[in-house]
Amino acid sequence: MSAAPVLAVDAVGHTFPSGTTALTGVSLAIADGEFVALLGPSGCGKTTLLSLLAGLAAPTAGSIAWWGEPLPPPGRPFGYVFQAPTLMPWARVAANVRLPLELRGSDRATAQRAALAALARVGLAEFADAWPRELSGGMRMRASIARALVASPLLLLLDEPFAALDEFARNRLDDELSHWWRDAGFTAVFVTHSIQEAVFLATRVVVMAARPGRVIADLAIDAPFPRGPAWRASPAFATLCADISRRVAAAAERAA
Amino acid sequence: MTPRLAWRLLPPLAVAALLVAAWQAWVTLAAVPAYIVPSPRLVAHTLVADRALLAASLGITLGVALQALAVALVVGVLVAIAFAQSRWIEASFYPYAVLLQVTPIVAIAPLVIIWVKDTHVALVLCAAVVALFPVIANTTLGLRSVDPGLRDLFRLNRATRWQTLTRLAIPSALPYFFGGLRVATGLALIGAVVAEFVAGTGGQGAGLAYQILMAGIQLNVPRLFAALVLIAAAGVVLFSCASLLAWLALRHWHESELPPR
Repeated sequence: MSAAPVLAVDAVGHTFPSGTTALTGVSLAIADGEFVALLGPSGCGKTTLLSLLAGLAAPTAGSIAWWGEPLPPPGRPFGYVFQAPTLMPWARVAANVRLPLELRGSDRATAQRAALAALARVGLAEFADAWPRELSGGMRMRASIARALVASPLLLLLDEPFAALDEFARNRLDDELSHWWRDAGFTAVFVTHSIQEAVFLATRVVVMAARPGRVIADLAIDAPFPRGPAWRASPAFATLCADISRRVAAAAERAA
Repeated sequence: MTPRLAWRLLPPLAVAALLVAAWQAWVTLAAVPAYIVPSPRLVAHTLVADRALLAASLGITLGVALQALAVALVVGVLVAIAFAQSRWIEASFYPYAVLLQVTPIVAIAPLVIIWVKDTHVALVLCAAVVALFPVIANTTLGLRSVDPGLRDLFRLNRATRWQTLTRLAIPSALPYFFGGLRVATGLALIGAVVAEFVAGTGGQGAGLAYQILMAGIQLNVPRLFAALVLIAAAGVVLFSCASLLAWLALRHWHESELPPR
């Protein structure tokens, strides 16, 4: 692999056609294997930044490079997990998970093998033939993550994937996501508005503020892995959360 | 027959039995002459007695309606796919689809019958024009009603236009398409009957509309009623077939066809 960072964001700004400025002056380099949490209140442009990182829209100012290239290279698929599970209701769970591979030209048998492996990894092995509506909210999100992981992505982008879940399910999925990330070794960018979730998961928390959306802090979280409930209960965890909380509040006050 | 199906069929059948009983009672008690309103018994008797004539006519009318429906579905879906490809195409041609819809078929049927030599083809064309619009309108709406998240997912995975159409837009459009199909079946039948009225085809090609026309002239009101009953029954059967198709296609996933909890 080249020495170029996975993602190099250089002075990126984004203004919608309506004139609303969502982001301004964001610079960020994300190295191979990092788990970066983009943390901020609603309206800080974190979801917009993620869709720019996914190449779904082009920034109106600045530039983004993927592995040193100006466009996402087709040979390096990345996974994307949406806020909602976003499964195709007319397809069984396995068919949903197969989709990224089939769209990229895999034959069905190969895709099905990979899909079953991905489903097993997220604990949905028995639900391959179920319909999405038969799954609970948390299980749908697992299926959605299986779909994002099926092509063995080098980069996984997640947009508040667990925000709609109850706290028990969210903590559990956070634990497992941390596990999957260490197992598979992809680079992750995780958008969230939960300070606890960011500090729990990330090797690095990028704190953003709103109006206009910008980066106000970039903090390394040095706690060792594997992380589990013990990390969530530790004093260091609480101190980090309190520190970030203070920074977010101060930025909000300055803006007001 | 499953109990659930029985529970769905029972109430409308009960209503039908009540209405027929009331009709019979009224005709008998008020001594309404058969040339004004025949009794249900007489209509049933006529259905049996004239079965050869009526069955042949029913076959012709149903044939026109089904062929018209097939034409409307093929043309309607293709037009909708073209509309969904670009807003430009839709903006340019949608007004003409509306024009086709608002022009009364009775007004253009004589022209079509003059232009097209083969009367059967002319009838199918007229009925297809009537059935076309709901297919276009609903399918276009459906093809545009794709979950934006899924659209992004397809983009992220570099789906081709063809993949996006066949694996995303068309499945998303199915519930809307079936809504259009249900309306179109009824309209195809109405279109067939109206076109037959205008064409006035008799002899070998006489459909139910012709039987109604003739029965009216001959004051054979029981036969007129029998033909009407057949048209209504054909409409109900066509609609039920469309509903069955919708159920088969959507029963696993779409809210409209899921069993109540």
